[in-house]
Amino acid sequence: MTKLSRRSLLQMTTASIALGGLSIPSSAADIGELVIAYNVNLPSWDPTVGPSAVNPTIQGIYQSVFDMFIAQNTDLSFSPGLITEWGWNDDRTKIHMTVRDGVTWHDGSPFSAEDVVWSLERAGKPETGNPIQFIWGNIGNFSIDGNKITADVINFDPTIFKWMSFLTGYVMPKAYYEKVGAEGFEAAPIGTGPYMVEKFERNAFVRLKANPNYWGGKPDFDTVTIKFVTDAASRVAEVESGNSHVTLEMPYEEYNRLKGGPALAGVAKPISDIGMIFINDIDVMLDRNVRLACCHAIDKQLIIDKLLSGYGVPIDTLQTPEYEAYDPSIKVPYDPELSKKLLADSGYSVDNPVKFTIQTTKGFKPKDYEMIQAIVGLWRKVGIEAEIEVYEIAKHYELRAADKLAPAAFYNWGNAVGDPTTSTGFAMFGPSPHSVWDGQDLIDMIGPLWGEKDEAKRIAGWKAVDKHIAEEGEVIPLLQYVQPILFDKRVVVTPHASGALLPHLMKRA
Amino acid sequence: MALFRTILLRLLTTTITLFGVAVIVFVVIRVVPGNPIAMMLPPGATDADIARLQALYGLDKSIPQQFVIWLTGVMHGDFGTSISLRQPVLDLVLGRLPATLELSIFALVIAVVIGGFMALTGTRLRGTRVEAGIDVANGMALSVPDFLWGLILILLFGVLVPIFHISGRISPSIDFPFMTNFYVFESVARGRFDIWADLLAHMFMPALALAIPLAAIIGQLLKQSLKETMHLDYVTLSRTKGYGENHVIVKEALPNAVLPTLTLIGVQFTFLIGGTVIIERLFSYEGLGNMAIDAVVNRDLPLIQGIVILFALIFTVVNLVVDMTYAALNPRLRHA
Repeated sequence: MTKLSRRSLLQMTTASIALGGLSIPSSAADIGELVIAYNVNLPSWDPTVGPSAVNPTIQGIYQSVFDMFIAQNTDLSFSPGLITEWGWNDDRTKIHMTVRDGVTWHDGSPFSAEDVVWSLERAGKPETGNPIQFIWGNIGNFSIDGNKITADVINFDPTIFKWMSFLTGYVMPKAYYEKVGAEGFEAAPIGTGPYMVEKFERNAFVRLKANPNYWGGKPDFDTVTIKFVTDAASRVAEVESGNSHVTLEMPYEEYNRLKGGPALAGVAKPISDIGMIFINDIDVMLDRNVRLACCHAIDKQLIIDKLLSGYGVPIDTLQTPEYEAYDPSIKVPYDPELSKKLLADSGYSVDNPVKFTIQTTKGFKPKDYEMIQAIVGLWRKVGIEAEIEVYEIAKHYELRAADKLAPAAFYNWGNAVGDPTTSTGFAMFGPSPHSVWDGQDLIDMIGPLWGEKDEAKRIAGWKAVDKHIAEEGEVIPLLQYVQPILFDKRVVVTPHASGALLPHLMKRA
Repeated sequence: MALFRTILLRLLTTTITLFGVAVIVFVVIRVVPGNPIAMMLPPGATDADIARLQALYGLDKSIPQQFVIWLTGVMHGDFGTSISLRQPVLDLVLGRLPATLELSIFALVIAVVIGGFMALTGTRLRGTRVEAGIDVANGMALSVPDFLWGLILILLFGVLVPIFHISGRISPSIDFPFMTNFYVFESVARGRFDIWADLLAHMFMPALALAIPLAAIIGQLLKQSLKETMHLDYVTLSRTKGYGENHVIVKEALPNAVLPTLTLIGVQFTFLIGGTVIIERLFSYEGLGNMAIDAVVNRDLPLIQGIVILFALIFTVVNLVVDMTYAALNPRLRHA
């Protein structure tokens, strides 16, 4: 046996580290295995329970493994998924769905209408811990006839089918889950999605294998490794060094620097997330003139150009152009002179400014704190003196749920299904735990819309609500975010307007 | 008997310390703003939904009640279930601990090697430009925080000369049925030096980033101690006996000069473990520190408690080991 001396040990260690480093993939080689540097960790594999179920950033990983009841196109429109046809009866007391034939779970067992019904019933039970239970509980008494499902409407919700493409709207494997239980499912999850989980190291990576039997066609890349790289600088280094082929959510300056390089390309498209300032109807914000002055004193395009390198779309309501109730005629223009006049009407001026606190996160979203600093600067010019209070996002959630936000509070709102109920509705309806605007005006306007059965009338109603909100200055919509994605030029990446980065939409160039 | 009494006393103080830490952490994370229920509330949730979720996670009870329930569980080895990861806290923290320990130990080894080399070289070449250069390097190493060293290393060895892995603990392509979570030790024990090399290539940059500031501290203190020791009579005597300078430094001066450095290494090791929180995040290293950040961001109260208690336990154990090692090496303490 060879004696291991200190010198030989040192030599061996150095050589080993160097050799280990040499296993880094070369960017010149063909891409056999697609590597994605993802910006968040995946805490749990069950997409229907716990905090991760309502975390929009994780949905891209879930959608790689599980199918939603109804599929969603990259422009947020809907298309047949595991449910191929759906609708209501005439008086909206029943729903019907047709389930896709010939689909199998990742373990080879057949998918059936039983799985859909079990998933919906499970989601509607409070004890399962589904955070969206209040939606799923609105339908029940399911019956199955072959691949046809009918159910009773317990509480009419016009958005129920949209939720089937949104948070927790995933079809889970009944037989497998009942066999392995929650823990077994966490250890070895299966779905019907385009990729199968091959290996999962928590906080490190998940390796996916293409589902050869996927009903939507086998994905282009047979193997995809998603590394969880939460630090933006490290993600940029990952693609710059060739360790990863695709990454997302990096500073726009870095995106601009790298997108035109020899090896990398980039795509930056608007997604369904928006930046906004909640107005709490307390203190000085009870004054309509103050609220409107705040709205008109913000030059949104300037902020986008100067702080976000032009990546953003100014918005005047809580709807983006992709949303169903978007009304381009509603405008809240930048008009500092109007702001001054409105403030003067209420007795305020540059020398005698109106004072309040504005809360913001710092680093939670790109340039969030800097944007608020810029807004406070713009406000100061017209006679508004706002003191910035930085808080963590967790504190924001708690304060918002308790209706204790400051008079103004920055937040970002996601609405991947584009329905007005999940933007204006939940953000502005007083009784909602996510709204801090308690005005009776909106409660009266929004209340009837929750159960409106005439779709055209419903959408028109939401547009009227948005117009009213803009005229009264009850919230300050700022911008629609643009998601930067950097990728190796040998890959073609199709972005999704929901912000989900989906490996099955990636192809070889 | 005295030794037994000393160990018993230390165990008692350790228990009291851990209990104190548990009380403080338990209360503080429940008092500071931000609770996990608010973070998982869906749009449109009603008061009943909020109450249901609070009851589901046991947050509907008073803080003292919650503490008693938690402490009773801990006594039976149950640290609760993580809210965000939905797994037993004890399994999670014990599963991650080996990764952090391996990283910390590797960093410590690097720090001792670099720091020791700089101290010995500086002492051997004291008064020359080399010593001045070492002092300057020490100053630079100390003035730059470890996470910035991490970014510099990523740029150097991850992007410009990409020879080390930027993120993770092991290459995803490696399929090896590890029996423990001590990957480095296990790969060596099972003769898989290819995997060992891959692990080191992942650990090298985060470990070096952690090690650089510590190496500077070790180098500075050890060099100072050595220089003071070099003036003592017994060292002069060894010179008069005709021993060479290298022998005098390493064999005569170092054994005495190393004692204060040893204490410092023990104390700094605990800080080094604390430093893994940021470094593990930067390098996406799947250790305890990385998990701690996620736990705090998600307000995962049971997990935060478990991690803090474990960190506190590590700190007290390391201090105990340092004290005992110091006593073993220092005859004056050993016979006291």
